[in-house]
Amino acid sequence: MFKKTIPLIMVVTLGFLFVGFVFIPHKIAQDFYYVWFVDWIRAMSPFGLILGIMSITLAHTTRIRRKTPNWQYSILALVGLYFTAASGFIWGTQEGTPYMWIFKNIQVPMSATMFSLLAFYIASAAYKAFRARSAEATVLLITALIVMLGQVPIGISIFGEGIATLTQWILDVPNLASKRGIALGVGLGSVAVSLRILLGIERTYLGGGE
Amino acid sequence: MYEIFSNWVAAFFTLCVFSFLYKDNPFYKFAEYLFVGVTAGYAIPLTYNMAFIPYVYQPIVLQHRWELLVPAAMGFLYVFTLSRKWNWLSRYPIAFGMGSVGMSVPLAMHAGVLVQMRGAMIPIQDINTFLVFIGTITILLYFYFSKAHTGLYGKVVRVGIWFMMVGFGASFGYTVMARISLLIGRIQFLIADVLGIIK
Repeated sequence: MFKKTIPLIMVVTLGFLFVGFVFIPHKIAQDFYYVWFVDWIRAMSPFGLILGIMSITLAHTTRIRRKTPNWQYSILALVGLYFTAASGFIWGTQEGTPYMWIFKNIQVPMSATMFSLLAFYIASAAYKAFRARSAEATVLLITALIVMLGQVPIGISIFGEGIATLTQWILDVPNLASKRGIALGVGLGSVAVSLRILLGIERTYLGGGE
Repeated sequence: MYEIFSNWVAAFFTLCVFSFLYKDNPFYKFAEYLFVGVTAGYAIPLTYNMAFIPYVYQPIVLQHRWELLVPAAMGFLYVFTLSRKWNWLSRYPIAFGMGSVGMSVPLAMHAGVLVQMRGAMIPIQDINTFLVFIGTITILLYFYFSKAHTGLYGKVVRVGIWFMMVGFGASFGYTVMARISLLIGRIQFLIADVLGIIK
């Protein structure tokens, strides 16, 4: 009962109370969300980080203990984790502290470079899709090419203002139809899944086991 | 001197990550693991200052709102996810958060369905509004899987696929541009800030 039934009752009860909150503009219904629920969720939220820290620590200490391939790098991940956190607590998080120095000179450059690497892999994926010679892939790539060229000065200087107009038309007409169709599908899907959870049919969020 | 040192550290890690373009190597692994650790470590003091202090410590300790001890204790139950014997306790904070799904039924219906339908239900005055109408209908038909996509229906659905490919192409183009913009930023940093070749 305590393992599955009570959490399920919590979801269903709170779920129906929230349906009420949306439709009932009375102060009690509004306070239920803005005063009670928001404060409770905020008070719960920082503890999620403890789970994250424990999980990452457990994963890396297990790798170190079992001496799995490349286990030495796990030491580095743990040093990075605890040293950065400790520097924030010891010297503060203001501008000019070691914490901010680590953020600006280690975290930000690596993060930006990691994402910029994707430029190469996206180009490679586009080439592979083009080689597949399917009509759909060709339409996708030609659209991408037009949209890119229509947004940069070099595209306009080569093809004239027409490419910018074409880009805007693509964004306003076929792209709008595509996004609207997908948004409607996603909206209906969200409603269906939410109803399944609300009625207690969908229970996968409770996890496996007893 | 301080700035030069900082730039060289940043340049070193930038090149470590770029080295993956050649192949996976110890320099990349070094940067990768450190990145994971530093990113998670960065979040800890930030969460402490921006979530724990204002939403847990101040209301409970300074304002004596003792009722907030209940969600704080419930939030702590998250850690039992890692326990085999006690992991069912972590269902309580999850279930509490999932309760808000009740709100998403009417809100998703409004934002995802009704607003989109209102936007779609406009008079067909020119070729563009006609194309948007055809595109929306054919895409919705594509997502209807209870009927086999064959024959005339299959041909209609194919039009929807083409519209979606144009939409994906536009998104793809924007993504490529964003990534290239980041790449330009990193190359500018290496050439201008670190090497000082361009001003």
